[in-house]
Amino acid sequence: MITLVHFQIVSAALFSIGLYGVMARRSAILILMSIELMLNAVNINLVAVASFLDPDRFAGIIITIFVITVAAAEVGLALAIVLRLFRNRATINVDNMDLMKW
Amino acid sequence: MTWLVFTVLSGIIVGGGLGVVTTRNVVHAALFLLVSLIGVAGFYVLLLSEFLAVVQIFIYVGAIVIVLLFGIMLTRSGEYPRIADNEQWPAAVLMGLGFFALLALALLTHPNLSDERNEINLSILGESLFTDWALPFEIASILLLIALVGAVVLAREDKKS
Repeated sequence: MITLVHFQIVSAALFSIGLYGVMARRSAILILMSIELMLNAVNINLVAVASFLDPDRFAGIIITIFVITVAAAEVGLALAIVLRLFRNRATINVDNMDLMKW
Repeated sequence: MTWLVFTVLSGIIVGGGLGVVTTRNVVHAALFLLVSLIGVAGFYVLLLSEFLAVVQIFIYVGAIVIVLLFGIMLTRSGEYPRIADNEQWPAAVLMGLGFFALLALALLTHPNLSDERNEINLSILGESLFTDWALPFEIASILLLIALVGAVVLAREDKKS
Protein backbone atom coordinates (compact mmCIF):
# COMPACT_ATOMS: atom_id res chain seq x y z
CA MET A 1 0.00 0.00 0.00
CA ILE A 2 1.50 3.28 -1.07
CA THR A 3 0.99 6.04 1.46
CA LEU A 4 1.64 9.75 1.51
CA VAL A 5 5.03 9.24 3.21
CA HIS A 6 6.50 7.37 0.24
CA PHE A 7 5.78 10.24 -2.12
CA GLN A 8 7.13 12.70 0.41
CA ILE A 9 10.38 10.75 0.82
CA VAL A 10 10.99 10.78 -2.95
CA SER A 11 10.15 14.48 -2.97
CA ALA A 12 12.64 15.11 -0.13
CA ALA A 13 15.34 13.18 -2.00
CA LEU A 14 14.75 15.20 -5.17
CA PHE A 15 14.83 18.47 -3.21
CA SER A 16 18.13 17.52 -1.53
CA ILE A 17 19.64 16.65 -4.92
CA GLY A 18 18.58 20.07 -6.21
CA LEU A 19 20.05 21.71 -3.12
CA TYR A 20 23.38 19.98 -3.75
CA GLY A 21 23.28 21.10 -7.40
CA VAL A 22 22.65 24.75 -6.51
CA MET A 23 25.61 24.77 -4.11
CA ALA A 24 28.13 22.69 -6.06
CA ARG A 25 27.59 23.73 -9.70
CA ARG A 26 29.41 26.62 -11.33
CA SER A 27 27.51 27.10 -14.56
CA ALA A 28 24.51 29.41 -14.22
CA ILE A 29 22.43 27.18 -16.50
CA LEU A 30 23.19 24.08 -14.41
CA ILE A 31 22.13 26.01 -11.30
CA LEU A 32 18.86 26.86 -13.08
CA MET A 33 18.31 23.16 -13.81
CA SER A 34 18.89 22.34 -10.13
CA ILE A 35 16.30 24.97 -9.20
CA GLU A 36 13.86 23.25 -11.56
CA LEU A 37 14.51 19.97 -9.72
CA MET A 38 13.72 21.63 -6.40
CA LEU A 39 10.50 23.16 -7.79
CA ASN A 40 9.44 19.74 -9.05
CA ALA A 41 10.09 18.22 -5.64
CA VAL A 42 7.81 20.82 -4.10
CA ASN A 43 5.18 20.09 -6.76
CA ILE A 44 5.23 16.35 -6.01
CA ASN A 45 4.73 17.17 -2.36
CA LEU A 46 1.82 19.55 -3.06
CA VAL A 47 0.02 17.17 -5.41
CA ALA A 48 0.51 14.23 -3.04
CA VAL A 49 -0.92 16.15 -0.10
CA ALA A 50 -3.84 17.40 -2.22
CA SER A 51 -4.57 13.90 -3.48
CA PHE A 52 -4.37 12.19 -0.10
CA LEU A 53 -5.74 14.77 2.31
CA ASP A 54 -7.77 17.41 0.48
CA PRO A 55 -10.48 15.68 -1.57
CA ASP A 56 -12.92 18.61 -1.63
CA ARG A 57 -10.85 21.60 -2.66
CA PHE A 58 -7.59 20.33 -4.19
CA ALA A 59 -5.78 23.52 -3.22
CA GLY A 60 -2.41 21.83 -3.74
CA ILE A 61 -3.20 21.14 -7.40
CA ILE A 62 -4.04 24.79 -8.03
CA ILE A 63 -0.89 25.96 -6.27
CA THR A 64 1.07 23.50 -8.42
CA ILE A 65 -0.40 25.06 -11.56
CA PHE A 66 0.77 28.47 -10.31
CA VAL A 67 4.23 27.07 -9.49
CA ILE A 68 4.55 25.71 -13.04
CA THR A 69 3.45 29.11 -14.44
CA VAL A 70 5.97 30.99 -12.33
CA ALA A 71 8.69 28.46 -13.21
CA ALA A 72 8.08 29.08 -16.91
CA ALA A 73 8.33 32.86 -16.41
CA GLU A 74 11.40 32.40 -14.24
CA VAL A 75 13.27 30.32 -16.82
CA GLY A 76 12.57 32.82 -19.59
CA LEU A 77 13.74 35.76 -17.52
CA ALA A 78 16.75 33.95 -16.02
CA LEU A 79 17.98 32.90 -19.44
CA ALA A 80 17.71 36.49 -20.64
CA ILE A 81 19.88 37.51 -17.67
CA VAL A 82 22.33 34.68 -18.42
CA LEU A 83 22.55 35.78 -22.06
CA ARG A 84 23.22 39.37 -20.98
CA LEU A 85 25.93 38.18 -18.54
CA PHE A 86 27.50 36.06 -21.25
CA ARG A 87 27.56 39.03 -23.61
CA ASN A 88 29.21 41.28 -21.02
CA ARG A 89 31.64 38.83 -19.39
CA ALA A 90 32.04 36.04 -21.99
CA THR A 91 31.39 33.41 -19.30
CA ILE A 92 28.43 32.02 -17.35
CA ASN A 93 30.60 30.71 -14.53
CA VAL A 94 29.00 32.17 -11.40
CA ASP A 95 32.32 32.08 -9.49
CA ASN A 96 33.55 34.84 -11.81
CA MET A 97 30.57 37.10 -11.04
CA ASP A 98 32.26 38.79 -8.07
CA LEU A 99 31.77 42.45 -8.97
CA MET A 100 29.67 43.10 -5.85
CA LYS A 101 31.65 40.77 -3.59
CA TRP A 102 33.14 42.44 -0.57
CA MET B 1 1.56 -3.52 -9.55
CA THR B 2 1.26 -0.02 -8.16
CA TRP B 3 4.37 -0.70 -6.09
CA LEU B 4 6.31 -1.71 -9.17
CA VAL B 5 5.27 1.47 -11.02
CA PHE B 6 6.07 3.57 -7.96
CA THR B 7 9.53 2.02 -7.56
CA VAL B 8 10.41 2.40 -11.22
CA LEU B 9 9.21 6.02 -11.31
CA SER B 10 11.12 6.83 -8.10
CA GLY B 11 14.25 5.38 -9.68
CA ILE B 12 13.72 7.46 -12.82
CA ILE B 13 13.14 10.67 -10.85
CA VAL B 14 16.02 10.30 -8.39
CA GLY B 15 18.37 8.84 -11.00
CA GLY B 16 17.63 11.66 -13.43
CA GLY B 17 18.13 14.20 -10.67
CA LEU B 18 21.49 12.67 -9.71
CA GLY B 19 22.43 12.74 -13.38
CA VAL B 20 21.63 16.46 -13.59
CA VAL B 21 23.89 17.33 -10.67
CA THR B 22 26.78 14.94 -11.39
CA THR B 23 27.34 14.92 -15.15
CA ARG B 24 30.09 17.18 -16.49
CA ASN B 25 28.39 17.70 -19.83
CA VAL B 26 25.79 20.49 -19.89
CA VAL B 27 23.73 18.97 -22.71
CA HIS B 28 23.61 15.63 -20.91
CA ALA B 29 22.43 17.47 -17.80
CA ALA B 30 19.51 18.93 -19.78
CA LEU B 31 18.59 15.46 -21.08
CA PHE B 32 18.77 13.98 -17.56
CA LEU B 33 16.49 16.81 -16.43
CA LEU B 34 14.06 15.77 -19.19
CA VAL B 35 14.06 12.17 -17.88
CA SER B 36 13.47 13.31 -14.32
CA LEU B 37 10.59 15.60 -15.34
CA ILE B 38 8.88 12.80 -17.28
CA GLY B 39 9.17 10.67 -14.15
CA VAL B 40 7.45 13.42 -12.18
CA ALA B 41 4.64 13.41 -14.77
CA GLY B 42 4.28 9.67 -14.11
CA PHE B 43 4.00 10.41 -10.40
CA TYR B 44 1.12 12.78 -11.13
CA VAL B 45 -0.67 9.97 -12.98
CA LEU B 46 -0.03 7.73 -9.97
CA LEU B 47 -1.59 10.43 -7.78
CA LEU B 48 -4.71 10.36 -10.01
CA SER B 49 -4.23 13.87 -11.43
CA GLU B 50 -3.80 13.18 -15.15
CA PHE B 51 -4.48 16.81 -16.00
CA LEU B 52 -1.31 17.91 -14.19
CA ALA B 53 0.66 15.16 -15.90
CA VAL B 54 -0.34 16.59 -19.28
CA VAL B 55 0.49 20.11 -18.10
CA GLN B 56 3.85 18.86 -16.84
CA ILE B 57 4.71 17.26 -20.19
CA PHE B 58 3.58 20.31 -22.19
CA ILE B 59 5.21 23.05 -20.13
CA TYR B 60 8.29 21.45 -18.58
CA VAL B 61 9.26 19.00 -21.28
CA GLY B 62 7.92 20.96 -24.21
CA ALA B 63 8.95 24.45 -23.20
CA ILE B 64 11.33 24.76 -20.28
CA VAL B 65 13.88 22.11 -21.29
CA ILE B 66 13.86 23.42 -24.87
CA VAL B 67 14.49 26.96 -23.61
CA LEU B 68 17.32 25.66 -21.40
CA LEU B 69 18.85 23.90 -24.42
CA PHE B 70 18.62 27.18 -26.36
CA GLY B 71 20.39 28.88 -23.45
CA ILE B 72 23.18 26.26 -23.54
CA MET B 73 23.51 26.72 -27.28
CA LEU B 74 23.74 30.51 -27.07
CA THR B 75 26.28 30.63 -24.22
CA ARG B 76 29.00 28.27 -25.38
CA SER B 77 32.36 29.34 -24.01
CA GLY B 78 35.91 27.96 -23.89
CA GLU B 79 35.14 25.26 -21.36
CA TYR B 80 31.99 24.21 -23.22
CA PRO B 81 30.46 21.66 -22.98
CA ARG B 82 32.31 20.44 -19.86
CA ILE B 83 32.01 22.59 -16.78
CA ALA B 84 33.61 21.52 -13.51
CA ASP B 85 32.05 21.86 -10.09
CA ASN B 86 33.44 24.35 -7.62
CA GLU B 87 35.65 23.35 -4.73
CA GLN B 88 32.93 23.50 -2.07
CA TRP B 89 31.24 20.35 -3.37
CA PRO B 90 32.12 18.15 -0.32
CA ALA B 91 30.33 20.63 1.92
CA ALA B 92 27.42 20.60 -0.54
CA VAL B 93 27.24 16.77 -0.36
CA LEU B 94 27.14 16.94 3.43
CA MET B 95 24.49 19.64 3.31
CA GLY B 96 22.32 17.71 0.87
CA LEU B 97 22.58 14.43 2.82
CA GLY B 98 21.97 16.19 6.13
CA PHE B 99 18.93 18.00 4.77
CA PHE B 100 17.53 14.75 3.36
CA ALA B 101 18.12 12.97 6.68
CA LEU B 102 16.35 15.76 8.54
CA LEU B 103 13.34 15.72 6.17
CA ALA B 104 13.13 11.90 6.23
CA LEU B 105 13.25 11.88 10.02
CA ALA B 106 10.48 14.47 10.21
CA LEU B 107 8.31 12.65 7.65
CA LEU B 108 8.78 9.16 9.10
CA THR B 109 7.99 10.19 12.66
CA HIS B 110 4.86 12.01 11.53
CA PRO B 111 1.65 9.99 12.02
CA ASN B 112 0.03 8.74 8.84
CA LEU B 113 -3.13 10.72 8.16
CA SER B 114 -4.62 9.01 5.15
CA ASP B 115 -4.04 5.96 2.96
CA GLU B 116 -6.46 6.80 0.23
CA ARG B 117 -5.75 8.63 -2.97
CA ASN B 118 -8.68 10.68 -4.25
CA GLU B 119 -9.61 11.18 -7.87
CA ILE B 120 -9.18 14.81 -8.92
CA ASN B 121 -12.48 16.22 -10.12
CA LEU B 122 -11.57 18.46 -13.05
CA SER B 123 -14.80 20.45 -13.04
CA ILE B 124 -14.33 21.38 -9.36
CA LEU B 125 -10.73 22.28 -10.20
CA GLY B 126 -11.68 24.54 -13.11
CA GLU B 127 -14.52 26.18 -11.21
CA SER B 128 -12.40 27.01 -8.18
CA LEU B 129 -9.60 28.30 -10.43
CA PHE B 130 -11.94 30.95 -11.83
CA THR B 131 -13.83 31.77 -8.61
CA ASP B 132 -11.79 31.30 -5.42
CA TRP B 133 -8.46 31.68 -7.18
CA ALA B 134 -9.45 34.32 -9.73
CA LEU B 135 -7.19 37.05 -8.32
CA PRO B 136 -4.02 34.89 -8.18
CA PHE B 137 -4.88 33.71 -11.69
CA GLU B 138 -4.96 37.30 -13.01
CA ILE B 139 -1.77 38.13 -11.12
CA ALA B 140 -0.10 35.11 -12.74
CA SER B 141 -1.06 36.38 -16.18
CA ILE B 142 0.34 39.83 -15.41
CA LEU B 143 3.51 38.16 -14.08
CA LEU B 144 3.92 36.25 -17.34
CA LEU B 145 3.46 39.46 -19.35
CA ILE B 146 6.03 41.33 -17.24
CA ALA B 147 8.53 38.44 -17.44
CA LEU B 148 8.12 38.32 -21.22
CA VAL B 149 8.68 42.07 -21.64
CA GLY B 150 11.61 41.96 -19.21
CA ALA B 151 13.23 39.08 -21.06
CA VAL B 152 12.90 40.90 -24.39
CA VAL B 153 14.39 44.10 -22.94
CA LEU B 154 17.28 42.24 -21.27
CA ALA B 155 18.23 40.02 -24.17
CA ARG B 156 17.95 42.68 -26.91
CA GLU B 157 21.12 43.82 -28.64
CA ASP B 158 22.18 47.37 -27.81
CA LYS B 159 21.73 49.51 -30.91
CA LYS B 160 23.91 52.40 -29.75
CA SER B 161 27.07 50.63 -28.58
